[in-house]
Amino acid sequence: MFRNATAICLHLVGPLRGKKSGASLTRCLHQTLTMAKRLQARRLDGIDHSPWVEFVKLASEEADVVNFGEGFPDFSPPEFAVEAFQHAVSGDFMLNQYTKAFGYPPLTKILASFFGKLLGQEIDPLKNVLVTVGAYGALFTAFQALVDEGDEVIIVEPFFYCYEPMTLMAGGRPVFVSLKPSPIQKGEPDSSSNWQLDPMELASKFTSRTKAFILNTPNNPLGKVFSREELELVASLCQQHDVVCITDEVYQWLVFDGFQHISIASLPGMWERTLTIGSAGKTFSVTGWKVGWVLGPDRLMKHLRTVHQNSIDQCATQCQAAVAQSFKREQLHFGQPSSYFVQFPQYIQRCRDHMIQSLQSVGLRPVIPQGSYFLITDISDFKNKMPDLPGAANEPYDRRFVKWMIKNKGLMAIPVSTFISVPHQKFFDHYIRFCFVKGEHGQRVEWRKWKQQKQEEKKKWKDLKMTKKLERQRAQEEQAKRQHEEEAAAQSEERGLVHAVVSALCQDRVREDAPETLMSE
Amino acid sequence: MFRNATAICLHLVGPLRGKKSGASLTRCLHQTLTMAKRLQARRLDGIDHNPWVEFVKLASEEADVVNLGQGFPDFSPPEFAVEAFQHAVSGDFMLNQYTKAFGYPPLTKILASFFGKLLGQEIDPLKNVLVTVGAYGALFTAFQALVDEGDEVIIVEPFFDCYEPMTLMAGGRPVFVSLKPSPIQKGEPDSSSNWQLDPTELASKFTSRTKAFILNTPNNPLGKVFSREELELVASLCQQHDVVCITDEVYQWLVFDGFQHISIASLPGMWERTLTIGSAGKTFSVTGWKVGWVLGPDRLMKHLRTVHQNSIYHCATQCQAAVAQSFEREQLHFGQPSSYFVQFPQYIQRCRDHMIQSLQSVGLRPVIPQASYFLITDISDFKNKMPDLPGAANELYDRRFVKWMIKNKGLMAIPVSTFISVPHQKFFDHYIRFCFVKGEHGQRVEWRKWKQQKQEEKKKWKDLKMTKKLERQRAQEEQAKGQHEEEAAAQSEERGLVHAVVSALCQDRVREDAPETLMSE
Repeated sequence: MFRNATAICLHLVGPLRGKKSGASLTRCLHQTLTMAKRLQARRLDGIDHSPWVEFVKLASEEADVVNFGEGFPDFSPPEFAVEAFQHAVSGDFMLNQYTKAFGYPPLTKILASFFGKLLGQEIDPLKNVLVTVGAYGALFTAFQALVDEGDEVIIVEPFFYCYEPMTLMAGGRPVFVSLKPSPIQKGEPDSSSNWQLDPMELASKFTSRTKAFILNTPNNPLGKVFSREELELVASLCQQHDVVCITDEVYQWLVFDGFQHISIASLPGMWERTLTIGSAGKTFSVTGWKVGWVLGPDRLMKHLRTVHQNSIDQCATQCQAAVAQSFKREQLHFGQPSSYFVQFPQYIQRCRDHMIQSLQSVGLRPVIPQGSYFLITDISDFKNKMPDLPGAANEPYDRRFVKWMIKNKGLMAIPVSTFISVPHQKFFDHYIRFCFVKGEHGQRVEWRKWKQQKQEEKKKWKDLKMTKKLERQRAQEEQAKRQHEEEAAAQSEERGLVHAVVSALCQDRVREDAPETLMSE
Repeated sequence: MFRNATAICLHLVGPLRGKKSGASLTRCLHQTLTMAKRLQARRLDGIDHNPWVEFVKLASEEADVVNLGQGFPDFSPPEFAVEAFQHAVSGDFMLNQYTKAFGYPPLTKILASFFGKLLGQEIDPLKNVLVTVGAYGALFTAFQALVDEGDEVIIVEPFFDCYEPMTLMAGGRPVFVSLKPSPIQKGEPDSSSNWQLDPTELASKFTSRTKAFILNTPNNPLGKVFSREELELVASLCQQHDVVCITDEVYQWLVFDGFQHISIASLPGMWERTLTIGSAGKTFSVTGWKVGWVLGPDRLMKHLRTVHQNSIYHCATQCQAAVAQSFEREQLHFGQPSSYFVQFPQYIQRCRDHMIQSLQSVGLRPVIPQASYFLITDISDFKNKMPDLPGAANELYDRRFVKWMIKNKGLMAIPVSTFISVPHQKFFDHYIRFCFVKGEHGQRVEWRKWKQQKQEEKKKWKDLKMTKKLERQRAQEEQAKGQHEEEAAAQSEERGLVHAVVSALCQDRVREDAPETLMSE
């Protein structure tokens, strides 16, 4: 059947190569039209820029930058998890092959029994559990399954940044409601529990077009753990408006100071409308394994399974086997001092406290987090002291600050405005997010350097101030002298004006550069 | 700020609980409207049914079914791959954490250098390579990035089953063109090389709305390796109509009988418009690792990166490290007898040949595949012999045959109609697909049983035929006698008619049940 393929091929290619001079007008027109064909799908509009990529790249370009930006630990996972993985890649060789599409059976089984007890809910491993490529993959699957063209999705600000593009990619419209800090006593540290939703404002966001409410507790980047009272309000609104609650609870084990994590799916009437998302990466400090899950009622889960089987179909078998074994271990130790879910938050609370002290020692004002890997810190004092950090004209201050910090302090953090919707970013441009799940050693070195620099800077800053003062005096004297000369020479007024502007500009530039050149030494 | 939350909560929940008897009509109306809210996104319409799930489930319900359906090996991966994975989970503990979003750097680097040489193309690890959750995830990412509402996607039948739902989920319209077998000499085995596209028909499928052409070489389920001539025709059509070629080449190393796999991206002018998709799972016999990749020009890849960073963001780090090390090993051994890419196809060719013989020995007529994990086999002889296998009224023959085979032969295969678009399925209802990447031992047992059964069946069939003949004779005699009596009793004609129909139906039912009851012994 391909006998005349070459002939047809030549015939078809001819016009392209310009060999056939008699190509008709229609064909030319057709080619022009096809040249203008749009390449990418419209679902990518507005989601193609990731502000993170920029900062991660910047950090990797500079030598020896400590990455306090991205949320992963820089220490080893617990022994039992490592051993579980080693076992999975050394034992039954069939673990090198596909498993069941919706989850490796021992994993779905232990997830069902483990979370069944926590949520007070009978969970069927086949109908109520889906294993995904991390919690990130779980979120994507949920958005694609449920959010349609024109659906509204309520997102609490500041939010884990992917909720917005995932809503947009599914054709939905994000509706934002902000956590706002209550005023605090002067000198007292702020706490994430102090950041709350205004109930009236929250209720006003629910409409007949609302499809889903995205809850994130403990919240990233703030570290806020939602209280039962707060969850009850969200639950009642979801029930009243027939809204699905997608709850991202990946930091559920990382809660400090005796606060309690509560799953909204455990509240009366909520299991039926809630998708609870978890992460082995955050649970066992193994973000690189990329195993996450969704728990929920079959009426929701069946649609997630449809997306799953048409997007990735399977998750890595051995990673799942290692997570299954790790959960079995934790089930045996549950609630005991030997449990990782008991030991790990204690360790991380120390890391948190250490970072809080370090931040305070260099003049930053952290908001004490109740949970999660993260805290945000207020940088408004710096904004006042050095408002003119280099950057694009309309670049929010927090981004310019982070770039400055990467370059001059060797520390990377994430600007909080990346967790805020564009219209609200101007109110949130003076916070940056640090990840404190980093070994204390790595932290200490960098912070000590900054503290030392701070002392030196203070001195230099003083010196500079003095120098500048002298310079300014001298400049004024010279200018006065020149003006005097100019007047004496009776030169044109216009030229004098130009000169004054240029001189003012020069002075401005010196001031602008100062902090940078100073700090980089 | 949550001081009056409970009050509001009660107020909001009130109407739901029916405590407030004065709920206004508007609110009631509103509730009715919200109750009717559609749950799942429209993108799931028509893709929520996976025909595979049914067969996989059926196979798992029966005891001891040999799964010759799904495409994964049942033997151990090569030693060096297992060791690479063991090394990755036992060495640097930071491999337990996230790596770069678009690929673990040593992996993107080796993929760039390895495939750069094969394709004769300079490949930039950062711009031209994306690591994905298997080739399946790569395909999904490509479809989501490029296929938009109303775009046409050309798919060659029979096709790997996910191309159609992935097109639909992205809002595209699949356009099918069939590979058709040329007539063969009677008694000669058919070959996948004998299945070809009609060039004129193929050209007619390209329109100004065509966005992408999906090429799969070596093809699944047929095992066809597209020739250079065939690829040149596809290439010229893609170029003429400004169409992106998405080429799924996961079986590229599994080519038999001296045939050559050619990547369409290596043809002149094609790199710029081709996404080449590969799979570590198929390359190193580790389907459970779920590592795949896409290679292509930056102008296409940048849109895939957008989808990737908004869908899964990272792939499992250690799986990637193991694949990187396996490729490094293969690069050293490339083209030598010690290379897995040399040894593995030789081994699999023996598995193929063994399966071909087995199939022929039980009366099936396999289409000899040039490559891949699969072959399809003609079951039309069975369709003629036992046309009335149990199943739903309009259920295609190949599906009924597979169910019968699972139940009676303990062997699972996939009906080829699941690889065919619905309008064309009736022309392709007499093929089933076998995966031959199965250790010879597992295969042999089941096939021997079937062969033995076949002998016994032949005898029983003969006996049955004889019994039936006798029964029919007796029935006829009785009927004649009855009719005689009826006539004699001058009973109504109607009753006689009813009797005849019932009797005919009974005979039919006996014939329908026969093969099943016979074979199940």
